Amino acid sequence: MQKEPAVSADQMLAFETDCHLFSGCGFEAPGLHSFVFEPMFSIGGFDFNKPILLALVGTFAIVAFFWAAFSKPKLVPGKLQMIGEAGYDFIRRGVVYETIGKKEGEKYVPLVVALFFFVWVMNLWSVIPLAQFPVTSIFSIPLGLALLVYLVWVPLTFKRHGFVGAFKNFTGYDPSLPGGVRPLVMVIEFFSNLLVRPFTHAVRLFANMFAGHMLLVLFTIATWYMLNGIGIAYSAVSFVMTIVMVAFELFIQLIQAYVFVLLTCTYIQGALVEEH
Amino acid sequence: MNALVHMAETEVPQNPLVPPIPELVIGLIAFAIVFFFLWKKLLPSINKVLEERREAIEGGIEKAEAAQQEAADVLQQYKDQLAEARHEAARLRAEAQEQGAALIAEMRAEGQRQREEIIAAGHAQIEADRKQAAHTLRQDVGKLATDLAGKLVGESLEDHARQSRVIDRFLDGLEEAAEADASGAAR
Repeated sequence: MQKEPAVSADQMLAFETDCHLFSGCGFEAPGLHSFVFEPMFSIGGFDFNKPILLALVGTFAIVAFFWAAFSKPKLVPGKLQMIGEAGYDFIRRGVVYETIGKKEGEKYVPLVVALFFFVWVMNLWSVIPLAQFPVTSIFSIPLGLALLVYLVWVPLTFKRHGFVGAFKNFTGYDPSLPGGVRPLVMVIEFFSNLLVRPFTHAVRLFANMFAGHMLLVLFTIATWYMLNGIGIAYSAVSFVMTIVMVAFELFIQLIQAYVFVLLTCTYIQGALVEEH
Repeated sequence: MNALVHMAETEVPQNPLVPPIPELVIGLIAFAIVFFFLWKKLLPSINKVLEERREAIEGGIEKAEAAQQEAADVLQQYKDQLAEARHEAARLRAEAQEQGAALIAEMRAEGQRQREEIIAAGHAQIEADRKQAAHTLRQDVGKLATDLAGKLVGESLEDHARQSRVIDRFLDGLEEAAEADASGAAR
C-alpha cells in the first residue's frame, strides 16, 4: 500500500470530492468504509489514524479544560470554573448521588465524571468542523470503557457479597419464585447480567454514534454530490437535513454520554445492593 | 476514480464489532489520562473549594445564629436582672416596713417607760411635799398649840427643849392613836 507523506483526503474524508450528479459518476453511499481511515503514519505495526488523533486531542482538550477550570479554584468562581463546576455538579449529584447514594457513591465520582466527559467529548468530535468523526463510533473505544466498568462492578460484587452472594446477585436469585421457574430465571439473569451487559453497554453508545455519523455523512455527501445543475434544489434539502441532523446529533451525543454513565452507576449500585 | 477502486483501496471493510486491539489500548490510555488528572489533581482541588464555599456560606449562617443567640442571652440576662431588682426592691420594702414597725414599737416602749418614770417622779415629789408639809404642819401645830396652851395656863413653856419634848410626845401619842385606829379598822 502506498503511503502518502502529508495528510490527504483519504486520511481525513469519507468520500471522493470530484464526483457530482450528472457527471457520469454514481452516488457513493457511506458505509463501513466511512469508518476506516488511511493511517497518517505507522510505528511498527501500529497505524496512527484520524480517530486516534482525535482521541488524543480530545483527551488533551478535556484535561486542559479542567486544568484551566479547577487547578487554581477560587471561592468566588470565574466563568470557566463556574461552567466546570456546573458539569461536575450535574454528574456528581444528578447521576452518582441519585443512583448510588452520597455515602457509597463518593468513591466513584471521579470515575463517573471522567467517563462522562470523556465519552461526551469523543462523541462531540462528530460535529466539530474538520474533525467530524465521533471517536466513539470506533467500537474499540466504547468497548474498552465498558470493559473497564465491568471490571469495576464485577469484582465489587464479589468483594461485597462473597462468592455465593455474588452468584445470587448475578443470577437474581429469588426464593419467592416457584421452583420450576427459578432455574430458568437464574440462567437468563446470569447471561443477561454477566455476559450480555458489557456488550450492550458498549454497543448502545457505539451504535448510536455509528448511525449518527452515517446519517451525517449521508446527507453531507448527498449535498455535495447533487450540487450540479437542477440537482441544486435537492442539494438544498439535503443541506437543511444536514443542519437538522447536526443539531439532533448534539442532543444524542449528550444523551448517550449521560446514559453511559447512568448505566455505569446502575451497575455499581446493583453490585452494592443488599440481597433481598 | 470510482467507488469500486476506492473500496479496494480502503482495505477490507471489516466487521465494525471486531475491535482492533491498538485502538482499544489507545482509547483506554486516553481515558486513563483523563481519569488520572481528574482523580488525583483536579477534582480534589475543586472539592476543597466547594467545601470551603459551603463552609463560608454556612459559617455566615452560623455567625448570624450566634449573634441571635447572644442577643437572646443578653435579653434573658436583662430580664433576670430586672426580676432580681424587683425582688430586691420588694425585699427592701418589706425590710423597711419591718424596721419601721420595730422602730415604732421601740419608741412606744420608750414613751411608756418615760411616762412611767415621770409618773414615778411625780409621785415621789408629791410624797416629799406631803412629808414636808406634814413636818411643817406638825411644827406649826405644835407652836400654835404651845402658844395657845401657854396663853391658856399662863405658864411659860418657852423652854425649847422641854417644849419640843412635850409636843413630840403629844403628837406621837396622836399618831399612835391614829395608827391603832387605822390598823384596828384594817383588821
